Amino acid sequence: MNSLLRIENLQMHYFTSKGAVRAIDGVSFELMPGETIGLVGESGCGKTSLGTSILRMPTPPGRYVSGRILVDDVDVIPLPEKEVRRDIRWRKISMVFQGAMNCLTPVYTIGRQMRETLVEHSDIGKIDATKLMEEYLGYVGLAPEILERYPHELSGGMKQRAVIATALFLKPEIVILDEPTTALDVIVQAQIINLLKKLKARFKLSFIFITHDLALEAEISDRICVMYAGKIVELGANARIYGAKAPAHPYTSRLLAATPRLFGNADQLQFIPGTTPDLISPPEGCRFSPRCDRAFGRCFQEEPPLVEVEPGHMAACWLNGRG
Amino acid sequence: MADVILSVKNLKKYFEPHQNFAQSLAGGRQKRLIRAVDDISFDIRRGEIFGLIGESGSGKTTTGKLVMKLLEPSSGQMIFDGEDVTHLDKEGTKAYRRKVQMIFQDPYASMNPRFKIRDVLEEPLIIHKVKGSIAERETMIVKALEEVKLTPADEYMGRWPHMLSGGQRQRVATARTLILNPAMLVADEPVSMIDLSTRAEILRMMKDVQQQLGLSYLYITHDLSTARYFTDRIAVMYLGRIVEVGRADDIIDTPLHPYTQALIEAVPEPASGKVEVIKELPIYGEIPSPANIPSGCRFHTRCPYAVEACARDPEPELTLDGMEHYHACLRAYEIQEEKKGGKGAMPAWRVAPAQGRG
Repeated sequence: MNSLLRIENLQMHYFTSKGAVRAIDGVSFELMPGETIGLVGESGCGKTSLGTSILRMPTPPGRYVSGRILVDDVDVIPLPEKEVRRDIRWRKISMVFQGAMNCLTPVYTIGRQMRETLVEHSDIGKIDATKLMEEYLGYVGLAPEILERYPHELSGGMKQRAVIATALFLKPEIVILDEPTTALDVIVQAQIINLLKKLKARFKLSFIFITHDLALEAEISDRICVMYAGKIVELGANARIYGAKAPAHPYTSRLLAATPRLFGNADQLQFIPGTTPDLISPPEGCRFSPRCDRAFGRCFQEEPPLVEVEPGHMAACWLNGRG
Repeated sequence: MADVILSVKNLKKYFEPHQNFAQSLAGGRQKRLIRAVDDISFDIRRGEIFGLIGESGSGKTTTGKLVMKLLEPSSGQMIFDGEDVTHLDKEGTKAYRRKVQMIFQDPYASMNPRFKIRDVLEEPLIIHKVKGSIAERETMIVKALEEVKLTPADEYMGRWPHMLSGGQRQRVATARTLILNPAMLVADEPVSMIDLSTRAEILRMMKDVQQQLGLSYLYITHDLSTARYFTDRIAVMYLGRIVEVGRADDIIDTPLHPYTQALIEAVPEPASGKVEVIKELPIYGEIPSPANIPSGCRFHTRCPYAVEACARDPEPELTLDGMEHYHACLRAYEIQEEKKGGKGAMPAWRVAPAQGRG
């Protein structure tokens, strides 16, 4: 099967006055049709930067340094902005931004704000646009009257549904979801996750699901991609990461141990000492080595490559039989 | 009877919705009060961590503000350490706040960015006019920093807040409360803005401090998983009311109120085999507005077990069912029986989380 999206050795750095922040530093993965990949990691690990980079809109002062983003075997990085707007952004790949539901402007109706997306990316007429919006509101479980409402009249869950509908208008194949449920209550979160699963089946979508919450990732992602300090440290199937066998990378194991479980042994809730490294001058060797309790000599000198440790399971750690 | 530090009795807080000029001219007769906290009672025991759980709109934060005396209650009573603190004058409030301190949610906004850590910690001493020489104050600041494990204290005192991580800031926020030797801390979502990897570290520190100093905590959160780890007892709030109270383990292992059951079902667990499953949630829709609270049991509009009586009968009071375990559900017993398998197989949503336990 051909991949929908292939990222090859992508580097995207933020060029600040203090130096280049290596937010994405050599990331490669493929997204298959109908698949959900979960990007997970602590804040500052590059999850959101990767999301916006895929959409060809790195936040200034971010710039691509090297690598390719292949959509249908075409590298989107060198494409002119006009073409990206016409063919890629929102048409092929759309995104639900982190906190998007709180970025709706309070002075316009939901309908007016949703229409903006349509007008910007297509030449649809006003009546058709309203029809289309009503149709999509139906898919996300909202009444057409919502179009006339202002953001303050809606609950968080309803706003998030409207934002999701907006991301689906132009029939993208890939939707990047950046922390779509973080600001929501658990019950609403579970409702939104159910909705996303239904929409995915209905429209044959592929998702890139970004969150810091490994427990949530278990609910929705087919493959889990764990990032640390701008790099992928582990990429494996859901069943493998959350299965009985420990993950291949110590960082994943530690993150999993720090995830509170309602029914686990609560007394064993762990934490990872230290903080994420400064990405202007990341540590030598493995970037996790200063916080890793299993690090040995080589970890501090040589950076481990991301290699296949089992069929379909990648990890970047010297412990995996290559020490 | 255990030693109670804070006793809250029939506490209510109603807000009047804002009316524009035209509405007030038309006569504000049809004013609908927003019943944010609607008759709640609970006791916090000395040396206990009491958790208040609920969704947004449940009134948990308003309750915290009432306990902090940041809001005046509409009615009801609060007794702290044997003293009625329901209505206090300015001086009384200040004295009360010295004993009851607060840790806020956002460690990035709760500190003046132009204050060094030393100044952040000294401020409560100045506000409360704690007497002492410069050297004595210095000792108190060092002691507070050591209590929250920010050592060497000298090094941290000279830093600015922006030089600290979220976790370290929350430690400073805790130290700032401890410097006044409080008896009770109110912590409103103290770890929700901290990275998952350090959340346990902060909670553990808070628990150590609590045990060492014999403090009582009111821990307000929407997160059941940390509540189980952190608290002794939990009260579950829904739309301004407490619907269930009990020991943390009992609430989570044997929830009696359908709302608590729904909350527990909704929590994601890090276990495999759930991607293909659409979780069946035993709850409908979203939380109604506190300006328009349903009749009878206020949860009946969302409850999958509701019968006619739930809407018609007066609101159920908290009733004892098990060791220190109270619930406010008319049908709690029948629901338990139904689940035991009286009516066919167990519903899918009861079976699913068992995988997470293994």
